[in-house]
Amino acid sequence: MQGIPISHFLVLSAILFSLGVIGVTIRRNAIVIFMSIELMLNAVNLSFLAFSNYLNNVEGQIFVFMVMVVAAAEVAVGLAIIVAIFRLRETVHVDDIKLLKW
Amino acid sequence: MPIAIGTTDLISILPIAIVSLFGVYLLLQSVFAPRMNRILIPYLGILGVGLAVVGNFFLIGMEGTAFEGMVRVDRLTVVLNFLFLITAALSLLITISYHEGEHVEFLEFTPLVLFSTAGMMVMGSAESLMTIFLGLETMSIALYVMAGFRRTNRHSLEAALKYFLLGAFATGFLLYGMALTYGMVGSTNLTQIAQYFTQNALDVPLVALMGLALIIIGFGFKVALVPFHMWTPDVYQGSPLPVTAYMAVGAKAAGFAAILRVISLSAFSIAFQWSEILWVLAVLTMTVGNVVALVQDNIKRMLAYSSIAHAGYILVGVVASNDQTVPSVVFYLIVYLFMNLGAFAVATMVAGQNERRVNIQYYRGLGYTQPLLALAMAVFMFSLAGFPPTAGFIGKFYIFSAALQSGYVWLVILGVINSLISVYYYLNVVVAMYMQQPVDEKKIAPVLPGVGVVILVAVLGIVYLGIFPGTMLSVLR
Repeated sequence: MQGIPISHFLVLSAILFSLGVIGVTIRRNAIVIFMSIELMLNAVNLSFLAFSNYLNNVEGQIFVFMVMVVAAAEVAVGLAIIVAIFRLRETVHVDDIKLLKW
Repeated sequence: MPIAIGTTDLISILPIAIVSLFGVYLLLQSVFAPRMNRILIPYLGILGVGLAVVGNFFLIGMEGTAFEGMVRVDRLTVVLNFLFLITAALSLLITISYHEGEHVEFLEFTPLVLFSTAGMMVMGSAESLMTIFLGLETMSIALYVMAGFRRTNRHSLEAALKYFLLGAFATGFLLYGMALTYGMVGSTNLTQIAQYFTQNALDVPLVALMGLALIIIGFGFKVALVPFHMWTPDVYQGSPLPVTAYMAVGAKAAGFAAILRVISLSAFSIAFQWSEILWVLAVLTMTVGNVVALVQDNIKRMLAYSSIAHAGYILVGVVASNDQTVPSVVFYLIVYLFMNLGAFAVATMVAGQNERRVNIQYYRGLGYTQPLLALAMAVFMFSLAGFPPTAGFIGKFYIFSAALQSGYVWLVILGVINSLISVYYYLNVVVAMYMQQPVDEKKIAPVLPGVGVVILVAVLGIVYLGIFPGTMLSVLR
C-alpha cells in the first residue's frame, strides 16, 4: 500500500458501492440483487481498511471482521429464504413476487 | 497485551448474557430432547426473560462503560432493557395462544425471539458504532427468519424476502456511513465521536456530514421513516401476527434507541446541521403514514401505517434535541409498547385460524359478541389516537412540548393536525365494533389465557401511564 494515496482507495470504494446500489435497483433476480448487496458491503470493507491503514488505528480492521461475520450469517439466512420461495413459487424474480400491495 | 474482563464488565451485560444463553439452551433442548413437550418451550423462554429482568435490577444505579468502551451502562440502558424484555415476554405470551390455534411448529421461534431481544439490548447499551452494528444485525437476522416463519404461506415468505433484501440494502448504507464517520473521527467510540463533533462544530467536514446522513438513512429504514418505509406494510401484513407485534414494537424501539445514542447524544453539538433534515422526515412520515392508513381495510396494514405515523411523532421528539428529547422519546416508546402490543393481541384473537379474519369488517358487532375484548380494543384505539386520559395523549403531549420548547411551532401544528387525521381510522374500528351488525355468525374463539394476560397488562399500562405519568417520567429524568 506504500505510495498509493488513500483517495484512490476511497474513490474505488465509492464506485464499487454505487455499482452495488445500481445493481440492487435495476436487477430483478433476487440472487443477483443479493450479490449486489454483498458488493456494497465489501466496498465498505475497503473503505474501512483504507481508513484503518491511513489512521494507523486497528479499529477499522476489527470492524471489517465484524462485517464479514455478519455478512456470512446474512448469506445463510438470505439464501434459505430464497430457496424456500423458489420451492413454493418456482421463481426468484422479484417482479413475480408481488401478492402484497397497498 | 492481556485482555482483562472484570466483574463489572460481566454485570453490565448480565441481561443480554442471560437471554442469549437461554436462547442457545432452548435451541439445543429442541435438538437433543425432541420428545420433550414442545408446548413448554415458549414458557421456558418467558422464564429466561424473567431471569433477565431480575438480572437487569443489578444494573440500576450503574454508570459508566465496560469492555474497553464498547458497552455503556446508564439509566437509559436500564430502562431500554426493561422495555425490550417486556416486549419479548408479551410477544411470547401472544405466541403461545397463536400456536394453539395455528398448528405451526413454533419450535425455533422462542430462541429467535430471545436472540433478537439480545440484539436489541446490545443496541440500547452501545457505546461504539461496532456494538450498534452487531446488535442491529443480531436483531434483524433473527427477525428475517421470524417474518418467514409460516414457510408454506406465500404471504409470509414474500414478507421475509422483502424484509431481508431491503434490510440488507439499508445495512449497506448504514455501514458506509459508519465507515465515513470512522475515517473522519479516527475512532468508532461514541464518546470520542461526540468530542470530535463538539470540537469541529462550526466547521464540520463534508465527509463526516455524509457519514451522518448515511447513518440516518440506515436507521430510517429500521424504524420505517418515509421515504424509507416501503417495506413496512408488506412485511407487517405478511408476517405471522405475533411476529408483527414483536417487530412493530421491539425493532422500532431498538432503532430509536440507536438514533438516540448516535444522533441525539453523540452529534448533539451539530444539531443545527441535521435537525432540518429530520424535520422534513418527521412531517413526511406522519403525513404519509396517517393519510394512507385512512384507506386500509386490513387491520394489519392499518396498524403498519399507523406505526409509520407513530415513528413520525417520535421523530418530532428527536428533532427537538434538547434535554427533554430522551425522556419524552423513551416515554413514548413505553406507551407505544403497551398500546401496539395490546392492539395486535386483540387482532390475533379476532384473526383466528390461519389468520383468515384480518379485515376490519370482522370487527363489526364485536362489542356485543365479545364485550370485554371490544372494550380493550377501544382503549387501545383511543390511546393510539391520543385521547385523554389514555397514555397515548400524555406521550404525544410530552413529545410536542419538547418540540415547542425548542421553538418548532410549525412542526407541532402539523403533528396535531396529523393526530386529528388519525382519529378517523382508529375510530373506524370502534364504530365497527359498537355500531354495526356482525357480518357472519361464526363465533370468535374464547380469549386464551396467554393473550388475555397481554391484553390485561396493556390496558393497565395504558391507564396507569395515562393517569400517573409522573412516576415514570421522574425515573426517566
